[in-house]
Amino acid sequence: MGLSAAALLWGLPGLLLTIALHPALSPCPAQASVPAHRDYCVLGAGPAGLQMAYFLQRAGRDYAVFERAPRPGSFFTRYPRHRKLISINKRYTGKANAEFNLRHDWNSLLSHDPRLLFRHYSNAYFPDAGDMVRYLGDFADRLGLHVLYNTTIAHVTLNKDQRAWNGHYFILTDQKGQAYQCSVLLVATGLSVPNQVDFPGSEYLDGYESVSVDPEDFVGQNVLILGRGNSAFETAENILGVTNFIHMLSRSRVRLSWATHYVGDLRAINNGLLDTYQLKSLDGLLESDLTDLAIVKDLEGKFHVTLKFLLEEGNRSADAVPLPQDDNDNFALRVGYDRVIRCLGWNFDFSIFSKSLRLSAGGELSKKYPLVKASYESKGSRGLFVLGTASHSVDYRKSAGGFIHGFRYTVRAVHRLLEQRHHGVTWPSTKHPITQLASAIIRRVNEASGLYQMFSVLADVVLLEENATAFEYLEEFPMQALAQLEAITGRRARHGLFVINMEYGRNFSGPDKDVFFYDRSVGHTEDAWLSNFLHPVIYYYRHLPTEQEVRFRPAGWPLPRPTAIHHIVEDFLTDWTAPVGHILPLRRFLENCLDTDLRSFYAESCFLFALTRQKLPPFCQQGYLRTQGLVGTESLHQHGVESGLLWDYATVGRGVSGQQPGDHGPGQHPLAPGPPVSPFDSNKEEL
Amino acid sequence: MQPQLMMSSSFSVLRVGISFVMMCIFYMSAVDSLPELSPQKFFSTLQPGKATLAYFCQADSPSTSVFLEELNEADKPLQDYGISVTKVNCVTEETSRYCGSEKNVMKAYLFRGHILLREFPTDTLFDVDAIVAHVLFALLFNEVKYITTLGDLQNTENALKGKANIAFSYVRAIGTPEHRAVMEAAFVYGTTYQFVLTTEIALLESIGTEDIEYAHLYFFHCKPVLDLTQQCRRTLMEQSLTTLNIHRFIKTMEAPLLTEVAEDPQQVSTVHLQLGLPLVFIVSQQATYEADRTTAEWVAWRLLGKAGVLLLLRDSLEVDFPQNANVVFKRAEEGVPVEFLVLNNIDLIVSRVESSMHIEEMHEDEDNDIEGPDMDIQDDEVAETVYRDRKRQLPLELTVELTEETFNATVTASDSIVLFYAGWQAVSMAFLQSYIDVAIKLKGTSTMLLTRVNCADWSHVCAKQNVTEFPVVKMYREGENPVSYAGMLGTEDLLKFIKLNRISCPVNITSVQEAEEYLSGKLHKDLISYSSVSVLGLFSPTMTTAKEEFTEAGNYLKGCVITGIYSEEDVLTLSNKYAVTLPALLLARHKEGKIESISLANVHAQEIVQIITNASLEIFPEITVENLPTYLRLQKPLLILFSDGSINPQHKKAMLMLLKEKHLDSLTPCWLNLKNTPVGRGILQAYFDTLPPLPLLAVVNLHSGGQVFAFPSDQAITEQNLLLWLKKLEAGLESHIKILPAQKWKPPLPAYDFLSMMDAATSQHPTRKVPECIKETDVQENDKEQPEDKSAIRNEPTGTLRKKHWNRSNWFEEAKKQFRHDNKEL
Repeated sequence: MGLSAAALLWGLPGLLLTIALHPALSPCPAQASVPAHRDYCVLGAGPAGLQMAYFLQRAGRDYAVFERAPRPGSFFTRYPRHRKLISINKRYTGKANAEFNLRHDWNSLLSHDPRLLFRHYSNAYFPDAGDMVRYLGDFADRLGLHVLYNTTIAHVTLNKDQRAWNGHYFILTDQKGQAYQCSVLLVATGLSVPNQVDFPGSEYLDGYESVSVDPEDFVGQNVLILGRGNSAFETAENILGVTNFIHMLSRSRVRLSWATHYVGDLRAINNGLLDTYQLKSLDGLLESDLTDLAIVKDLEGKFHVTLKFLLEEGNRSADAVPLPQDDNDNFALRVGYDRVIRCLGWNFDFSIFSKSLRLSAGGELSKKYPLVKASYESKGSRGLFVLGTASHSVDYRKSAGGFIHGFRYTVRAVHRLLEQRHHGVTWPSTKHPITQLASAIIRRVNEASGLYQMFSVLADVVLLEENATAFEYLEEFPMQALAQLEAITGRRARHGLFVINMEYGRNFSGPDKDVFFYDRSVGHTEDAWLSNFLHPVIYYYRHLPTEQEVRFRPAGWPLPRPTAIHHIVEDFLTDWTAPVGHILPLRRFLENCLDTDLRSFYAESCFLFALTRQKLPPFCQQGYLRTQGLVGTESLHQHGVESGLLWDYATVGRGVSGQQPGDHGPGQHPLAPGPPVSPFDSNKEEL
Repeated sequence: MQPQLMMSSSFSVLRVGISFVMMCIFYMSAVDSLPELSPQKFFSTLQPGKATLAYFCQADSPSTSVFLEELNEADKPLQDYGISVTKVNCVTEETSRYCGSEKNVMKAYLFRGHILLREFPTDTLFDVDAIVAHVLFALLFNEVKYITTLGDLQNTENALKGKANIAFSYVRAIGTPEHRAVMEAAFVYGTTYQFVLTTEIALLESIGTEDIEYAHLYFFHCKPVLDLTQQCRRTLMEQSLTTLNIHRFIKTMEAPLLTEVAEDPQQVSTVHLQLGLPLVFIVSQQATYEADRTTAEWVAWRLLGKAGVLLLLRDSLEVDFPQNANVVFKRAEEGVPVEFLVLNNIDLIVSRVESSMHIEEMHEDEDNDIEGPDMDIQDDEVAETVYRDRKRQLPLELTVELTEETFNATVTASDSIVLFYAGWQAVSMAFLQSYIDVAIKLKGTSTMLLTRVNCADWSHVCAKQNVTEFPVVKMYREGENPVSYAGMLGTEDLLKFIKLNRISCPVNITSVQEAEEYLSGKLHKDLISYSSVSVLGLFSPTMTTAKEEFTEAGNYLKGCVITGIYSEEDVLTLSNKYAVTLPALLLARHKEGKIESISLANVHAQEIVQIITNASLEIFPEITVENLPTYLRLQKPLLILFSDGSINPQHKKAMLMLLKEKHLDSLTPCWLNLKNTPVGRGILQAYFDTLPPLPLLAVVNLHSGGQVFAFPSDQAITEQNLLLWLKKLEAGLESHIKILPAQKWKPPLPAYDFLSMMDAATSQHPTRKVPECIKETDVQENDKEQPEDKSAIRNEPTGTLRKKHWNRSNWFEEAKKQFRHDNKEL
C-alpha cells in the first residue's frame, strides 16, 4: 500500500509521466553502435508515410520508412472498431478525367499506377477498413517502397553536426537499440494515444479502443457514451437497436459535417442516434464539461453520474455520495447506467521525441497535434516535418489535411519543398504565354483534386513575368507560406502573382448554421462573391505579401488583402466552363489586373490590326505574328457576322467606290480598342 | 399633370422637396390661373352643397406667393373631387370678416354651400398634399374616423363585425402625402368600407406592427365575422401608401378570395392581372378536391393583396401540361408564358410569388439607372462564334477519338496526327472545325490517321505528351520523335503540313533524271502547289558533315518546304549544269519556272533553314491573311498595291522593273487582291475613311512611326511615276495621309470590383440596419425566411447589389437561376 500513498500524492498524471520517461531512458547504453545513415527517415508506414515514401522513391532519394507493425497501415487493422470507413469510395462520377475523379476518391494515395486506385479494392461506398489495410500493403509492395517493418522507433534525439543539411542529424533508436542517423525526419505516426479525461470514477469507463463491438453485450442496457465525434456515434450506431437507451455526453454541441463542411465532424452516416433522439426514442444528447464530472458505482453495479465538487467530501459509494438529483430531481442523467463508454478521440504520441527536438503541442484548439508551420515543418527543429493526420493542426476543423484525401497532397507539397531545399529541384511549373492564363486557371479549377480537397490550404500560384507577357503556373502551394514562396519553390515572384484558391462562402460553414436556407446559392456573375458553395477565388497581388501581411491578414481571410479579387460564381455541377457565366468574368478580371486585352481573335482580325495599328493585342502577337493564327471556318465567320463581332468585308462598299458604306462601315473594327483615354467610351461603338 | 403625378407617387419627404422646387419654376408664369374674386362676388357664386376652398388675401401681398403656387396646383386635383378653389382679394372697399386685418395671418376657408366647415391657417396647408389631405379630411369627416387609442379601434371593430370591413391606416402626420393618399382612397371607397385613421405610433405598435417607421394600411376583414368574440382577420398592405397602391390593394380585397376555374390558365384573366398582379393556380383533381381547396384557401390568405389565387380543376381540362406540376404561375405581363411548377409547400408558393414581385419592383427602377457597360456581353469573337455554333453536329467520326487506354497503341501502330483540345476552350473548339474539314478533305486519300484527344477528359494523356495548353497538333510517326505543328491553325495550312509530310525530308534522289524531274516538279506533282520552292541539296558522296547539316535542316523544314538531297557519284553533272560548286542548293521556283543556285560551303543547319526560308519568300507576293506574318518579319515598310481582283499586268511589270533595279530594297513590295482578301476593304477604310478608287498604292510604315502614304490617285502607276514618288517619299517631301493609332490594347471593359463590394458589405453591417433601397416588404420577407439574425444581416448587401443584377438580367437568366434553385431543393 505504500504505492497508493504515492499515487494519491502524485495523482494520475505523475504515473503517466513516469511511464513516458521510461522508454526515453532505457536505450542509452545501446547507442555505441554506428548509426546507419539515411537522408530521409519516415516514421510510420501508414497512408502518409507510404505517400511520402512514394515521392522519395520516384525522386530517387535515400530514404527508409520505420514501421513497428509487420505490415503497413496497422491503425486500420484495429480502427475504426466497427470496420466501416467513412471516407467515400466513389467509383463513378460520369467523367473520364482521372484527376477530377480524385476529387471524389477519398481513399487512394497518389501514384502513377492506375491499378493503385482504391476503387479496385472495394465496391462499397463506405469501404471496410480491412480493404484499406490490403490496399496499403499492395501500395508498399507494388511500388517497392523501402519499409523496415517490426521496427519500433523508441526514441528520437538531435545530434548537432555542422555537416548536416540542417545543422543537425536526427538520431532514431529502435527497440533493439539500433540507431539511425537521418538528415530529414518525416513524422507520419498519426494520432495513436487514446484521449483520456481524468475525473473521479474514470476507471469505470470502457474505452473505444477496447469496448466490445458485439451488440449482444449491450442487450437491455443503459449506456452512456462520452464524446460526440464520429467514433462516439459509430459506437452508438452499432448498439442503438439493442440497448434500453443511449445517452451521449460531451463538452460542446454536436457539429454536423454537412453544416461545417469539415469531414472530421459528425458525418450523416453515423448520425442515427440524432434521428432517434429528436424522434423521442429515449436516446439522448447532453452537453457538459467532462472534467467536472464524476462517476460512482452503486451496490448493484450501476454507474451514476455526479459532479466532482459533490464528491469532494465523503467516500465514494453511491449510497453516501450526494448526487445532483438530490437537489434537483429532474437532473437529466439521474438514471443508473450499465456501461459508460469513452470515445474521446486520439492524441499525438509525443513521448518518443526528446526535448531537444522542441516538438510541442499545438494551440488551445489543437492540443492533440504537434505544432508545425504552414510548410509542415516543426517550429522547434529544422528538418523535422510532420505529415498525415498528425499534421492537421494546420487546418484543423477547416480542411481535409487530417485525412487521406487531404494529406496525400500536403505530403506532395512537403516533398516538393524538400526537393528544392536539398536538391535544387525547383517547384514544378509550366510556362505559358499570357493569352493562356484564363485557360490555365479554368483547367485547374475544373479538374484539380488537390485544390478541391485541400481548399483554402493548398492553392495554385501564377507568377507573372516582366511586362506580363508570360507566366509560370505552380500547383498546390501551401498558401499560408505564401511569403516564403521564393525560398520554398526556388522561383521568382517579382512582377506580381495570382493565387487560385477554392472557398466556401464566408459565413456559410459552421456548426448550427442552416446550410439549406432558401436563396443559398447565387446564379449571377455579379453576385459571385456571395457564393456559398465551394467555388474558385482568385487573388491578385502586385507584390508577394510579406510574412507580416500574411500573419496579420483580416479576420476570416485565408490570405492578406489582395490588390483585386475575383470569385467564379458557384456552380451546382462544379463545372466552371460556361463561356459567359464563368470564363468571361474571369477574363475581364485578369485583363483589368494586367491592364491588357486578353480576347482571342481570328487571323483575319489580326491581319487587319497588323496593317491598321501599330500595336497588336497579345493573342495576335503570340499567335498570328508567329504564323500560328486561328483561321476559322466559314460557318464560324458567319456567326461572327451575325453577332456583330465580325464584319463581312466582302459586301462592304463593293463596286461603289467612294461611297459611304452606311452605318456599319468597317472604319473601326468592332473589336478594336477604343480611344486610349477611357475604355468606357469605346463600348458605345462596340455594343 | 406631371407634377401632380409625381406627388401622388412620391414617398419620401426629400422627393417632395425636390418636386416642390420644380413646381415653383414651372408655375411661375401660370400663377394667376385661379379665379380671383372680390369677397362680395365670391359669396354670390357659392352653390348649395358644393364645396369651395377660398383663400382670402390682401391684394398684391408678395409674401403669400409660395402658398398661392401650392394652392394653384391643388386646384386641379380638388376639382376632380368637385371642390372649387378661389382666391378672394380683400379690397379696401369691401370688408369681410374673413379678410381680417393686414397684420393678421391670412387664412383659407372651406365652405359647403354657404356654410363654413373649417378654417385653415396657411401654414397647415404647406404643400399640395397637405391642401388636398386637409380638405378631404374635413369633407369626409363621417367616412374617416380618426382615433387615438386601441380602445377606439376595438370599439370600431366590434361595431362593424358582420357588417362592414375596415381600412385602418396609420400615417405619421396629417397632411403628409400618405395621408392624402388615404383620403383620396376614402373619397372613393368611404361609403363601402369604414376608414379608420390614426397618427399614434403606440396604437400601431399595440396591434403588433414591428416596423413603425412607415405609414401602414391594414384591411380588417370584419364583415364575415359573425362571432363577436372573434377577431377580424387583418391583411397588411405591403406596398408604400400611394393612391394607386391603395386602390389596387382594395380592389384585390374586393375580389373573391378563391376562384375555381377549369380552363387553360393561359386564357384566364381576373382583376388581379389587370392590376398588374400575378395569378397562382393550385392544380386540383377530383380525388383530392377537398384537400386542394383547403390548401388553396390557405395560399389565398397568404397571398391576399399580392396575387390572385385560383383552383384549377384539372380533370375537366383540355390543355395538357406537365404531369407533376401542381402549381401554375402566370405573370401579369402580357405575352409571358405561364410557368408550371412543382412546389411542395405553401411557403414555397408564397416565396415564389414574392420573389417575382421583387423582380417587378426592381424593374421599375430600371429607367433611373445609368446604363453602364454590360460586362456580361461576350466581346471575344472566337468565344462568341464557337458558342453560337455549339449546336451544330460536326462529323467528328471522321477523326478517331483517343483515350487513356487507346492513345499509345494508336500512335505507335500508325502514323497519326493528334489534335489536343479542350471541350470548354473556345480557340481549340474553333480549330477543331478546321481539323474536321481537313479530315473531310483527306478522307480516303491519306495514310495519316487523324485523331484527337479531349484534354478536358484525358488530362493525364495530355500531360504525358507535354501538352499543357490548347490547341496543340502533334504528328507521331514510327521511329521518330513527335513533331509539333507550328503553322496557322486553319484547314489549308494543316492540310499542307500533312501532305508535305507524306514524303520524307529531304527526299533521297537517286539519279540525275530523277533530280531533273524533282526540280521540274514532275516528281511531286500533287505537292508542289503546297511548297513555293523545291530545294535540292547537291553533295559529293564524301561530304558527310555538310550532308548531315542539310538533312537536319530538311527535317526541320518538313511540312513547310519540299527538300531533296542528291549525292551520287555523278553529282557533278548537275553542279556543272547549274554552274555551282559543291556543296550547293538548287531552288526551283515552280510558279516562275526558275531554278536558282546557292553555294553552301561551311554552313550550319540553322543557317540553311534561314537561307531556304528567305528564298521561299516571293519578291512581289500577293499578300494574304496567311502569309503576312512571314513578310512582316522582314521589318520593312510595306508597299502595297491594292487591287480589286487580279493585278493589272502593266502595274505588275512596273513593280518588277523597280524591283529589278533595286529601287525597292528598303521596302517589302506586295499586292493585295480584295477578292481573295476582302478584309483589305477594312484596311482601305481605315486609311482613307471611304473606299478609294482602285487600284491604289500605299506605303505603310508599320514598324517605325505608323505613317501611311498614298500614291496620288490622279497619276498612272508607271515605273517613272512610282520612282519619282518613292524618291520624294524618301526625301520626306510627301506628307502622310494617316498615322496608324499606337494605343495599347487595354481591357475592353472593367471587371466586377468584388473587393469593393465586400468592403461595402462589411462596412454596412454595424451602421445601418436596413439599406434604404430595400423596401419594407423585403425586410419582412427576410425576417420571415431567415429566422437567424446572422443570415438576415448577411443578406442585406445582397439586396443592395441584386438591384442592379435584376435590371441587367433578362427573364432567361432568371429562369435558369430558378431552375438551379429548384434543383438544389431536391
